[in-house]
Amino acid sequence: MKKIKVGIIGTGNIGSDLLHKVGRSEVLECGIFTGRNKDSEGIARAKAMGVPTSFDSLGAIINNPDYCEIVFDTTSAVYHTEHAPILKNLGKFTIDLTPSRIGMMCVPAINLAEALEVPNVNLVTCGGQTLIPIAKAIMEVHPETKYIEVVGSVASKSAGSGTRANIEEYINTTTNALKSFSGVPEAKAILILNPAEPPILMHNTLYALIPEPNIEALTKKINEVAASIQQYVPGYRLAMGPTAEKGKVTVTIEVVGRGDFLPAYAGNLDIITCAAIRVAEEYARKKILSK
Amino acid sequence: MKDLMIFDSTLRDGQHAISHQLTTEQVERYCRAVDKAGEYVVIVGHGNGIGASSVQVGISGTPDLELLAVARKELKQTRLGIFLLPGFGTIANDLAPAMKLGVDLVCVAAHCTEADVTQQYIKYVAELGKEVYGVLMMYHMTTKERLLEEAKKMVSYGAQGIIIMDSAGASTPAMVKETIGYLVENLPVPIGFHAHNNLGMAVAHTWMALEVGARIADGTIRGFGPGAGNCPIEVLVALLKKMGYQIPVDLNILMDVSDQIVTTFMKKLLEIDSITIASGLAGVFSVFTLPVKRAAERFGVDPREIFMELGKRRVVGGQEDIVVEVAMELAKHKKQ
Repeated sequence: MKKIKVGIIGTGNIGSDLLHKVGRSEVLECGIFTGRNKDSEGIARAKAMGVPTSFDSLGAIINNPDYCEIVFDTTSAVYHTEHAPILKNLGKFTIDLTPSRIGMMCVPAINLAEALEVPNVNLVTCGGQTLIPIAKAIMEVHPETKYIEVVGSVASKSAGSGTRANIEEYINTTTNALKSFSGVPEAKAILILNPAEPPILMHNTLYALIPEPNIEALTKKINEVAASIQQYVPGYRLAMGPTAEKGKVTVTIEVVGRGDFLPAYAGNLDIITCAAIRVAEEYARKKILSK
Repeated sequence: MKDLMIFDSTLRDGQHAISHQLTTEQVERYCRAVDKAGEYVVIVGHGNGIGASSVQVGISGTPDLELLAVARKELKQTRLGIFLLPGFGTIANDLAPAMKLGVDLVCVAAHCTEADVTQQYIKYVAELGKEVYGVLMMYHMTTKERLLEEAKKMVSYGAQGIIIMDSAGASTPAMVKETIGYLVENLPVPIGFHAHNNLGMAVAHTWMALEVGARIADGTIRGFGPGAGNCPIEVLVALLKKMGYQIPVDLNILMDVSDQIVTTFMKKLLEIDSITIASGLAGVFSVFTLPVKRAAERFGVDPREIFMELGKRRVVGGQEDIVVEVAMELAKHKKQ
């Protein structure tokens, strides 16, 4: 099958993980892997894989738009604000993996089809991708829920410099997406970086305040949703719950990474890079069929 | 020790001991009484810092901003401070409105190896022209060299001082002397120490830190805090006065506040029991004491075992959700 070319901007943890996943895709190939960091381990790996690389970040794509039709931006919210209008002018279908909130927010298990119709798709955050579908499921069973809280614990080693510089955006974007996708009136997001050695597995807990929870109905619905996410994030698993205690429902999700760029603990990379690949592949298939 | 700065965390760290239920009346009374004592700053808010009210670490009885508003009215000579943990509180919802209320000083905290998450927040406060300090928590989990590296990052963002927190009360005298002495020697800004009393050393360790050059003593009146409590400020001040140091702090006011006000906040008197010792030995955040006790009761396991297992997993502040998991697993093993 013919493949559609993608460009990856940002050669850190997320960009490098994407590179591996693109390499396995039947419909995508990497046309350019570009960033600023001269010491990037990702760049070395890309070269070894025979992928064109550049240190001119977005400049590489501006100078040679034929490198790609789809662009993944993995830099940071601040940089994406600069990149977004340029990519739009270049006519590139853009998948933004920073918490910039510029494009349409997308969680593939919820609104993939809509996202393919807009020029810029934002993938919220790793915590958002993990727990928003669960929050939505809870609201479908218990629309009277007033408050949902999501807590992400990720291994310190898996949080690159972009993530660390964007904690504020991470929290605000996750909270907003949680409210708008699930409809819960009040929400809170918390992020914890854990430096433990060996690194901890990505671990996400959701709390919902529900006075009289129907655990049977919740369990059924949450398991269905988890299964639909597993189709594109194989390491996604329900680690605990739903359990109820004094009007508080708890669900814990773990994501075991595929170990593409970082080892399996870094499920926080996989949840968002798998979502990005899902969007890009769907876009590419449509494109290939229409050609 | 004329330039000793006392950071009073009673209305912040003390909150952990009462599940973050301080009321506006309590904050008002405390601030009015302590204002003239000569402390450098009174820090107010949720135990995990402003904006941390949550199911994960405890829902505040009264919103932080309401507590800050009454504290602002009462504090005329002493600075009003807040504590902020990136990942919990945000600029948008918490820090910006707090600064608008007239907060003078902000402590931005991170786990001891994660200083780079404080950049956005320290810069924000520094650019407003307010006092900002960097806090490195759970310092026993890393080396003094790494602490220096992390502290330097905070200073480069604009922090005017660095406070080292012995969050698990896991220090030994040699560790305090070595670490604080090294940081004092290598950093151009004031260094502070925040002790926990798990192994009965909170006053001694704070004194030790001052002895090797720290300028900030961070504690709470009557030691009001999680687990075995913090360094009781009035005890430290009494000790320093007895040793002949001229410090411009009114011991009588501090003792009155301790007896007449802080005792009324406490649900039970602070004590070092086997659970807080286990927390200190395991090097696990003292604020896990209440969640651990609750989980131990719920699942019928020994709280000390939970602490030792949490220590093995090297959990950090904010990971309260792990407590229940660990307790469940221990209960399962017990059955088998």
